[in-house]
Amino acid sequence: MKMQRDHARFREIVRGRIRQNLRKYVTQGEMIGRKGRDLVSIPIPQLDVPHFRYGKNGSGGVGQGDGEEGTAVGQGEEEGDGKGKAGSDPGAHVLEVDVPLEELAKIMADELHLPRIEPKGRENIQQDKTKYNSIRRTGPESLRHFKRTYMEALRRQISSKTYVPDSPLVVPFREDKRYRSWHTVAHPEASAVIVYMMDVSGSMTDEQKQIVRTEAFWIDTWLKSQYGGLEVRYIIHDAAAKAVDENTFYHTRESGGTRISSAYKVCVDLLKKDFPPSDWNVYCFQFSDGDNWGEDNQTCMSMLREELLPHVNLFCYGQVESPYGSGEYLRALHEKLGSDFENLILSEIRDRNAIYDSIKLFLGKGK
Amino acid sequence: MATRLQTLPPELVEVQQQMEGHARDCGLDFFPTIFELVDYDQLNSIAAYGGFPTRYPHWRWGMEYEQLSKGYVYGLQKIYELVINNNPCYAYLMSCNELTDQKLVMAHVYGHCDFFKNNFWFSQTNRKMMDQMANNGNRIRRYMDRFGVDEVETVLDACLSIEDLIDIHSPFIKRPSMHAAAATTPLDDSEHDNAPRGTRFDAKPYLDPFVNPPDKLAAEAERRRNEAPPAHKNPEHPTRDVMLFILENAPLRSWQLDVLSIVREEAYYFAPQGQTKIMNEGWASYWHSTIMTTRGANDADIVNFADHHSGTMATSPDRLNPYKLGIELFRDIEDRWNRGRFGRDYEECDDLTQKRLWDTATNQGRQKIFEVRRIHNDLTFIDTFLTLDFCRQNKLFSFGYNSGSDAYEIESRAFPQIKQRLLANLTNLGRPQICVDDGNYKNRGELFLRHEFNGVELQMNYARDTLINLQKLWTRPVHIETTLDGTKTILSYDGSEHKQEAAK
Repeated sequence: MKMQRDHARFREIVRGRIRQNLRKYVTQGEMIGRKGRDLVSIPIPQLDVPHFRYGKNGSGGVGQGDGEEGTAVGQGEEEGDGKGKAGSDPGAHVLEVDVPLEELAKIMADELHLPRIEPKGRENIQQDKTKYNSIRRTGPESLRHFKRTYMEALRRQISSKTYVPDSPLVVPFREDKRYRSWHTVAHPEASAVIVYMMDVSGSMTDEQKQIVRTEAFWIDTWLKSQYGGLEVRYIIHDAAAKAVDENTFYHTRESGGTRISSAYKVCVDLLKKDFPPSDWNVYCFQFSDGDNWGEDNQTCMSMLREELLPHVNLFCYGQVESPYGSGEYLRALHEKLGSDFENLILSEIRDRNAIYDSIKLFLGKGK
Repeated sequence: MATRLQTLPPELVEVQQQMEGHARDCGLDFFPTIFELVDYDQLNSIAAYGGFPTRYPHWRWGMEYEQLSKGYVYGLQKIYELVINNNPCYAYLMSCNELTDQKLVMAHVYGHCDFFKNNFWFSQTNRKMMDQMANNGNRIRRYMDRFGVDEVETVLDACLSIEDLIDIHSPFIKRPSMHAAAATTPLDDSEHDNAPRGTRFDAKPYLDPFVNPPDKLAAEAERRRNEAPPAHKNPEHPTRDVMLFILENAPLRSWQLDVLSIVREEAYYFAPQGQTKIMNEGWASYWHSTIMTTRGANDADIVNFADHHSGTMATSPDRLNPYKLGIELFRDIEDRWNRGRFGRDYEECDDLTQKRLWDTATNQGRQKIFEVRRIHNDLTFIDTFLTLDFCRQNKLFSFGYNSGSDAYEIESRAFPQIKQRLLANLTNLGRPQICVDDGNYKNRGELFLRHEFNGVELQMNYARDTLINLQKLWTRPVHIETTLDGTKTILSYDGSEHKQEAAK
């Protein structure tokens, strides 16, 4: 039908608008807060045919139901700038468009020219999908099966002789209620794990962590669009390292020194135990401000060379510039390993604006 | 049509013939009605096109489609049926509906078809709109091939921005049309041709400077210019058909004018549907309910019918359900005219007991509602038949916006307020009334619109964006006079920036 063309045109316009502002979306980190389950609401200006119409000021209507004078019946919608100054910005009526994260990832991939990732490993991990094809006795009201419920009630009333054909009143009890329900079906999917490592020693400030968080969000989004099953693990370190949950990862601040090899150690153990690289696509992302205890560099390099780089799809090191760090670790990596491994990627992230390009650098290899 | 749609399977043909028979027995009178069975995706697309799959291409149908599809997927909404006012009528049924639903929907559809055929406000409607829309679509597609999609879409966007600036009553007004007047005075008169001149006598070229001395001619021309009556104001009277005015006066290329005229034509086609929403849905609901409960439904149908019907009639506090309001009003009218509860004797009776038991067995209910469906639109329907008793029984209230709490709140349960609010919302399809005051504002060819202020302000950001689109069509600066914070204000847009100033 012709709709395909018009719908494609609409999506194209939406994508165009998103694209125009992609760097802003990527950089500001506001998507993280907006994220629903699989959808993000993206505010897109002016995707509407404007008309002369009434403002809500003094508008209203007629409704039906109970309530006193003054009872609220509905929330006012956002009206953009309302009565702003003339001659200023274009109308700020904003349309919130729900974009599946997957599609956003696709847009990002197009814009950043990210190649499709080619997964390795066996497709042996099951992922579950649900199908609504059965009936249960419990469930949420939104799934109630009206006819079945009444049939049950009628059946009960007839068998208990409370049904009077002359006054055919059927009142379902709780036990009569029937709900639509689902079965779970398994699907095999290729899987991947992301291991984030971050230096949380004193020199990493909140600003740096925010940058890491934003960057990690987009990395997650992209990889999620490439793999059916995606696991994420977090490791923090100062002089010693440990595996933590996401919240701890972003909100820990320690004061000790820095020993990067401790994080590598935890990472290697984690992979050995839970994610053997023969079955899993492994992505390591390490963020720090580039300070490390001098003699530890040696250990790091050999661990990377022998235990990590040969097994992982990508090892990305992002150096977040901080007022305290020396930034020396990146140079060391570059000199010692830079040319030997093409799955080692180094990026310097000076500020928020650099996030965009850094993501491109990390994911642009299609590994 | 481009896509082959499923024709009705035999078991539905039988049902359809039954329902059509029921509808005729009830006295409904309709155009031949063609039912097509479609899946939800096709139905969503057709609905997005306003019922016309052959309509011109535009992204907003795609937007509409996306919203409908999302609503369907999330289980928030479901279109059961779609009827096109055309001769023959087209009605689309959703293939996954249960048989009970199909019966109900068919009965509902015949209600709509009867309404389309007989209601006065549709009397000027083009009943071959299916073909017309297809032609319009082809023309626009041809323009897109010739001038490029973006170019045509930009013009369409601008035209759609003013699609509601029409005069919904004009199809019924018979007066020498502005069209005819415009045709006799060519639009492209250059100033030179019309400018007053001195009296020139015939002369051989070599004698001309002596017979017609240039300085004398110039002096005479000057004198005449000063004496000349001021040029006709354009438009002579303020006109609400802003689209027509632009069509006749804007310096657009012929294909652009054609696009504008297509948008205008379709706007006029849809206007009566907007004007009779409550009545039309009420009438169709009245008949599906009457037919199903008296003859259409069998025992197996009744639970599903009750579920579906009550879903359709559901009310919510912040929106009036036109189906519910309409059906209740028709039933109320039928009841009142059956029992003689109208006219002076009844109105002036102040014995409450007598009034409550009033029944003169007039039995004119059916006849009355058929009459009402013929002559009224929503505005006159509500004005004539919304009574105090009805408001109380149906728990109606009026609500308004409270900026303090940023919420809509119940304002009043007083009958006059409710009626007033409802009538105000129905006037001009609930849109601001706007007319062209001057097409040569400040004698500079600028367009001056006036918002006929009735107490509710325009939404400013939309107004400014609409001016931008209007200016694209008019090409000279455009203005609109409205009232803001109690002050007459003129908003202007000259092609590069907005201005807002108090009117003098």
